[in-house]
Amino acid sequence: MKLHEYQSKQIFSKYGIPIPKGRVAATAGEAKQIAEELGGRVVIKSQVLVGGRGKAGGIKLAKDPAEAEQLATQILGMEIKGLPVRKVLVDEAASIDQEIYLGITNDRAAKKPVIMASAAGGVDIEEVAATTPEKIIKVHIDPLLGIKDYQTRDIASGIDLPREYWKSFGEIVKGLWQAYSENDATLAEINPLIISKERLIALDGKMLIDDNAIFRHSALNEMRDLDVEAPSEIEARKYGLTFIKLDGDIGCMVNGAGLAMATMDIIKLFGGEPANFLDIGGGAGQDKVAAAMRIILTDPNVKAVLFNIFGGITRGDEVAKGILAAMQEVKPKVPMAIRLVGTNAEEGRKLLADADMITAETLADAAQKAVAAAKGA
Amino acid sequence: MSILVNKDTRLLVQGITGSEGLFHTQQMLAYGTNVVAGVTPGKGGEWVEGKVPVFDSVKKAAEVTGANTSIIFVPARFAPDAMLEAADAGIPLVICITEGVAVQDMMRVRNYLDQKKVRLIGPNCPGLLTPGESKVGIIPGDIAIPGNIGVVSRSGTLTYEVLYAMKNIGLGASTCVGIGGDPINGTNFIDCLKMFNEDPKTEKVVLIGEIGGNDEEKAAEYIANKMTKPVVSFIAGQSAPPGKRMGHAGAIIEGGAGTAADKIKALESAGVRVAKHPEEIAELLK
Repeated sequence: MKLHEYQSKQIFSKYGIPIPKGRVAATAGEAKQIAEELGGRVVIKSQVLVGGRGKAGGIKLAKDPAEAEQLATQILGMEIKGLPVRKVLVDEAASIDQEIYLGITNDRAAKKPVIMASAAGGVDIEEVAATTPEKIIKVHIDPLLGIKDYQTRDIASGIDLPREYWKSFGEIVKGLWQAYSENDATLAEINPLIISKERLIALDGKMLIDDNAIFRHSALNEMRDLDVEAPSEIEARKYGLTFIKLDGDIGCMVNGAGLAMATMDIIKLFGGEPANFLDIGGGAGQDKVAAAMRIILTDPNVKAVLFNIFGGITRGDEVAKGILAAMQEVKPKVPMAIRLVGTNAEEGRKLLADADMITAETLADAAQKAVAAAKGA
Repeated sequence: MSILVNKDTRLLVQGITGSEGLFHTQQMLAYGTNVVAGVTPGKGGEWVEGKVPVFDSVKKAAEVTGANTSIIFVPARFAPDAMLEAADAGIPLVICITEGVAVQDMMRVRNYLDQKKVRLIGPNCPGLLTPGESKVGIIPGDIAIPGNIGVVSRSGTLTYEVLYAMKNIGLGASTCVGIGGDPINGTNFIDCLKMFNEDPKTEKVVLIGEIGGNDEEKAAEYIANKMTKPVVSFIAGQSAPPGKRMGHAGAIIEGGAGTAADKIKALESAGVRVAKHPEEIAELLK
């Protein structure tokens, strides 16, 4: 789950990281009022969950409250990469002497969190990594011990930070570590961390939260911005399904992410186009299966559905019951091909014997039949 | 021969009285796996299927029954605790089936288990199957026959697909290991390739990968330099749309790798034959 800049910075601030004075506004009037309170020049920043806001014209500098109102009106009417701007952050403008990059993420190869820092902040850090990787310093953190003071000094000296900032920088690194670890983040990033009039300030912030850990962070879950997800993906998540909408015409329902991807691959191999990725997960029962079928069939592009179920922790008879229940409810009009093998597949096949479905023995056979059905429909 | 599990495996089931744990204990018993104990805190003293004693703690269960392998079926929020409990009880091999464990929990668990020299398989995996000897996990027993092909996979059900296709043309497995699809897991491809390389029964190896991370690329490097047995492979996700990826910082760490095309290229240049679809793997093994 992605957090907005203003949400990330509010969290950073709770852990003692200095952020600019400012507040979020949903209307131009509010933006003007915030600008009046702050006095002086302000920055109006669109709050959308995509990169490249600046380039898209979603970040503007205003010299007074009147201009802040005018720019906020303009930005609040924008769409950036397809996402509507519903809020703007109004921050006091800061003079910038240096821009630093500071981020913490999970290094899956090392099995440890890694802190990354660079004196070349403010720009796209991926770009820096690709062109001048020597400008990025990486320090791994033992997840059982947490961050240690010497590591913050190693990072500070690694990016040639002047010594007078080491102490305040160390506090910021430790604050960011706390924000990352206490909120189950998969990314906590300040870019840029600026030096402004001899102070360090987190000018921009970004956090990604591990969806698997949301159960212990109900306050974070309430910050979720539903605009970034298709309604069908939100509906799928309610039932614990993983669903990604695609552009093709063959709906897929599969158990297991790997097999779901392989099923999409084989549909393509035989000349079809998958309409979605849908993993009903391990151990899916009747309710989940029925919900999955409803979600697939709400897509008007779907001309055929392919069920590929290889039972393990998921049981074939449970899936069959779910399919039958869903068929009663949604009365599908498109052809449906099913391949059911593995745990309790025999029982499942018996339950489905009277249903009007195309059956297949192998995955290749099932995919070819689904592709043919979609073309014939 | 085989790797990791065989007829000497004395299995303990954590979460044995839950619906998944119970169902799969029944399946494992039916297969002939030596399930010696179960653990559900608060249910010590009960019996499962009339023959498996249930204990309140892993430590107690291991002391009484001499269990040498533990399999975990508890819900995601309790799974980290279960893995640590197994490690602290001195169980040398732990298999975690549970899906959806938080990644920071997994980093802590993995680092702790490494210190204790405990081998972890998973989480989010189907477990292990040494056909004809021991089924430790959820891989349906009847889809594979004993043989000389080692199978290692990041996916669950995709592995079943391959085992089943192998069986249909008379090819059997020495051991099948599902290492799991999570970003932080216990045992990786290279660990399994090494074990298969040293296992006298295994003659060929199947490696089933998927997009994300760079474990397949590293495996390809190992195969090119060390592997003496032929390897065939399938990589899932060739049609996956780009953009559904990790955050930028994660992509940096992984060096921009992760696409199916990159992985297939790396494996092919290491002399691995890569199948176009999962059932084709069986053909390539003939």
